[in-house]
Amino acid sequence: MFPLNGTMQDQHIPAADMAPSLEDLLVAVGRERNRQAFGVLFGHFAPRLKTYLRRLGCDSGAAEELVQEVMLLVWRRAETYDPIHASAGTWVFTIARNKRIDVLRREQRPEIDPDDPALVPEPDEAADRRIEAKESSGRLRAALKDLPPEQAELLRMAYFEDKPHSVISAEHGIPLGTVKSRLRLAMERLRRSLKDVG
Amino acid sequence: MNRPSHHPGDTLLIDYAGGALCEGASLAVATHMAFCPACRHAVAEMEAVGGALLEDLDPEPLSDGCLEALMARLDHERPAPCRPAVKPSVQQSRYPEPLCSYLRGRLDREGRLGEGGWRFLQPGMRSMDLLSGPDGTTKLIRMKGGVGVPVHTHGGIELTVVLEGGFSDEFGAFLPGDIAVGDPSLIHRPVSDPEGCLCLATTIGGLRMTGPLGRLFNRFVKRF
Repeated sequence: MFPLNGTMQDQHIPAADMAPSLEDLLVAVGRERNRQAFGVLFGHFAPRLKTYLRRLGCDSGAAEELVQEVMLLVWRRAETYDPIHASAGTWVFTIARNKRIDVLRREQRPEIDPDDPALVPEPDEAADRRIEAKESSGRLRAALKDLPPEQAELLRMAYFEDKPHSVISAEHGIPLGTVKSRLRLAMERLRRSLKDVG
Repeated sequence: MNRPSHHPGDTLLIDYAGGALCEGASLAVATHMAFCPACRHAVAEMEAVGGALLEDLDPEPLSDGCLEALMARLDHERPAPCRPAVKPSVQQSRYPEPLCSYLRGRLDREGRLGEGGWRFLQPGMRSMDLLSGPDGTTKLIRMKGGVGVPVHTHGGIELTVVLEGGFSDEFGAFLPGDIAVGDPSLIHRPVSDPEGCLCLATTIGGLRMTGPLGRLFNRFVKRF
């Protein structure tokens, strides 16, 4: 697998058949500031982030600037990445989401603090339900492809248009109840895929 | 501590996870999440959906030199600290994050809300603005025991999270951590529990009072 303890000179990207996962690369950036790994992550995520930001209304130049800001945060925060909790794609998504709210909307993104002593703790059995992030992300993407088109389309709007579902309903002339039920049905299916074993 | 029994529901949680909710509504949802492990879990799943959707986007190539420009910036980055900086411990707060950050400067030494800064709404009911923006207003509302809010309906969406005490309306009893979601189809008349109630309330769009008392009330809450 990807050499985690090598010096810069030793580091190389292994052959395609044993290519490190995006999660491995992110861990390598976090542990040893591995620039080669970061370059591969950039090659994978930056063009997708550009599409994400273009869908949210950025022109090409602004999108590229913001992509660089997001990737800079990926570099800075890679140390805090935990592959148990999130796939690389999920982690990058949350960073991009928060950054674009900050830059495009000039708003804060209120979030819980996982270390806050005032947080009501999870019941013990919840640990068993935890998403095995890396394993489940493939199943999730497969399930996304299987969604009925009208559900998938609404889901994309919900994530890529910066509009709450009530506004999507009004702007697209889809009754609020229909929007809600499609999103719920989509989420139910996707949840099932996350729970499937293997 | 009991876990909440009134939740935002999948669609609002998707709005939150995808980043579509305005700051005030996000604050209400995230404050509920501090009380609710089940909704934290749901949002983690929805963020995973966001990750999968991002992965499935058609990549759009960047201009030449973007990576090189970024790599050059990395040269000026200071090495990351071994441990994330220790956050200044907020003087023992009774309120969880992210709400606690919005109360900075309003809490006394015991982490309680003081008597200052409140605005009269009606007898037994006062409010304190936390945020106001183009999309709506977020405030704390404090009610004495047994106080009824005039019958009202919602032009937009109103999210109310109980922080202390509780209230009841036609839809049941709301206790700390519970979130009430009001929308235009809803007409209700909440009454606070005997021990009173402290709530975080966010309104997106308009709130319309329906009775004669309500019209009076409207004058006080016109920023809703």
